[in-house]
Amino acid sequence: MVTAKAARRRRRVAVREEYCIGCRLCEVACVTRHSRSRDVVAAHKTESPRPGGGVRFEAAGPVSLAVSCRHCADPLCVEACLTGAMARDPGTGRVVHDPARCVGCWMCVMTCPTGVPRPDPAAHRLAFKCDLCGGDDLPACVAACPNAAAVLVEEDEP
Amino acid sequence: MTADLLVIGHSVAACHAAEAARGAGLAGSLVVVGDEPAGNYSRPLISYYLGGRLGRDELSFRSQAFYDRNRIQVLAGRRAVALDPAARTVTLADGERLGYRSLLLATGGEPIVPPIKGWREGLGGVFTFTKLADADALAAWLDARGSDDCVVLGGGLIGLKATEGLLARGVRPRIVELADRVLANTLDREASAILERRLAVAGCEVRKGRTVAEIRAGGDRVSSVVLDNGEVLPARTLIVAIGVKPDLRLVRETPMAVERGILVDSRQRTNLAGVYAAGDCAQGPDFLGLKPAVIAIWPVAARQGRIAGLNAAGASGETAGAIPMNAVQILDVPAVSFGVTNPAPGGGHEILKRDDQAGGKYRKIVLLDGRVVGVVLVGEIDRAGLLGTLIRERADVSDRRDALLRADLGLLDLPADLRRRLVDAPPPAPLKNSSGPARSRSVR
Ligand SMILES: Cc1cc2nc3c(=O)[nH]c(=O)nc-3n(C[C@H](O)[C@H](O)[C@H](O)COP(=O)(O)OP(=O)(O)OC[C@H]3O[C@@H](n4cnc5c(N)ncnc54)[C@H](O)[C@@H]3O)c2cc1C
Repeated sequence: MVTAKAARRRRRVAVREEYCIGCRLCEVACVTRHSRSRDVVAAHKTESPRPGGGVRFEAAGPVSLAVSCRHCADPLCVEACLTGAMARDPGTGRVVHDPARCVGCWMCVMTCPTGVPRPDPAAHRLAFKCDLCGGDDLPACVAACPNAAAVLVEEDEP
Repeated sequence: MTADLLVIGHSVAACHAAEAARGAGLAGSLVVVGDEPAGNYSRPLISYYLGGRLGRDELSFRSQAFYDRNRIQVLAGRRAVALDPAARTVTLADGERLGYRSLLLATGGEPIVPPIKGWREGLGGVFTFTKLADADALAAWLDARGSDDCVVLGGGLIGLKATEGLLARGVRPRIVELADRVLANTLDREASAILERRLAVAGCEVRKGRTVAEIRAGGDRVSSVVLDNGEVLPARTLIVAIGVKPDLRLVRETPMAVERGILVDSRQRTNLAGVYAAGDCAQGPDFLGLKPAVIAIWPVAARQGRIAGLNAAGASGETAGAIPMNAVQILDVPAVSFGVTNPAPGGGHEILKRDDQAGGKYRKIVLLDGRVVGVVLVGEIDRAGLLGTLIRERADVSDRRDALLRADLGLLDLPADLRRRLVDAPPPAPLKNSSGPARSRSVR
């Protein structure tokens, strides 16, 4: 009746708050990587709306943290999504968001345990969420982190 | 035919059950019977469809590839009419009999139509609003008869969703709501007031504390409604949206244990061997320790479907209980609620509030024993999920009341151990040199 299922590698970016110095280079890298021009100045100064935004940065005194989608193995946002815009790629295990199918029902905003999805009520749509930089070897935020606070974690799913 | 997993009802609970069962290794046949003609569509999207925001081909929440990948056989447009739990068979309206090893009842809800004087089957211009066919019929009616004088009976979730669609279509309905506010079950007075003001700006009047006592017809169609105070509202179109109730037609003649819905345990099992129930037809454990309830919302249907699918496939899966939650947007004002939003006085609840009616923003947190059990957010809903986490984790937040009321509540405001668990970063490596910490092998 029950057969074994194939193991899958789960990839995600994690931030070690012990090392995060609040430089926000991860945010800069995310914006640039997801811009049309891939140019840091154009990405921040001329492209509208501003691209990227997959990293949520917080700071309180000396502690800082930049969190992006954890690409959960058991994503509540995918379960709750009313349209199927939020989906877990069956091949890569990545949690991907298709803005064309998003109607801004806010189910993901309501259910994400880490509070990562960013609503855009005026556009009636979710703002950009982390896509692990498509097929890139290393997500831009990880590559840009001077301190290995942002790290790429890969683990086999149980 | 005998199915290894037979599902009755083809909607969100069914799809999640099928995916979970396959994921857990169910190898045999998986059959879903649904009485609606179309393939899957997302029920909540019918308001966006009515409003013209989505086309008919944009309503499906799972693609054909999903069905292929999970080897799901769909019997569409077929209705199950009888269940024989002893023989483990289900009979369809056309007489076909299907056997099952495991059965999932995911029949959802049916609209409540109260007895109203003057109501009769087939009266033109009177609609319910829960299915795609309802949205099609309503749209055709509005196109043919014009959009003036539309009345929505019920200012709950479905009534407001219908209103959203109507407004987007240029129709300005009058809402008649028995309670003293819209979304009375999920929001509170202050939150509802903000949404009601937005509705007023959109030209949509809300008659509160009133219901429809009589429907008057002109020939074969509705012409007006009489409220319980005698007032007459012209009504060329009447949408009855006072709620849904579990669809129990299939189990009425069986020894199935039911209250309001089909009673299920934390694995979605019913009292009948091999029979599970999930979604809007099921009444299961409540996370906050209240009585088992029917919590008729999409995320709960998805989760319960999933748990049923896992158990039907022989894997383990258990719910800690469902939490009511909802998100809506009226024009440009979003709102989110969780859990106990209007605690009865004397229950020991503590209420934190930040009320900015003029700015259209409102935030309320309900605490019990220093733990969050209810949330209402209007206007600013960013990071709402963190509050859901605090409820699910039963985290002690008695020392961070101020943070809970801040719109920019973040992970750093959460207890450190909980935050670390959520972020789930690898443990810090010892610093090797000034250029930074060592990078372990699993970590790049
Ligand atoms: C207009 C509207 C807006 C909504 N908006 C939201 C929202 O914003 N957020 C939210 O969380 N929830 C929302 N909901 C609620 C949400 O749609 C439901 O909770 C969810 O669809 C329940 O899923 P389900 O799988 O239990 O059953 P349903 O979606 O109700 O589907 C059950 C299916 O089973 C079929 N069926 C029943 N009996 C039989 C039978 N005997 N044989 C064959 N087929 C049968 C039915 O025809 C139906 O197709 C909304 C609902 C409506 C109507």
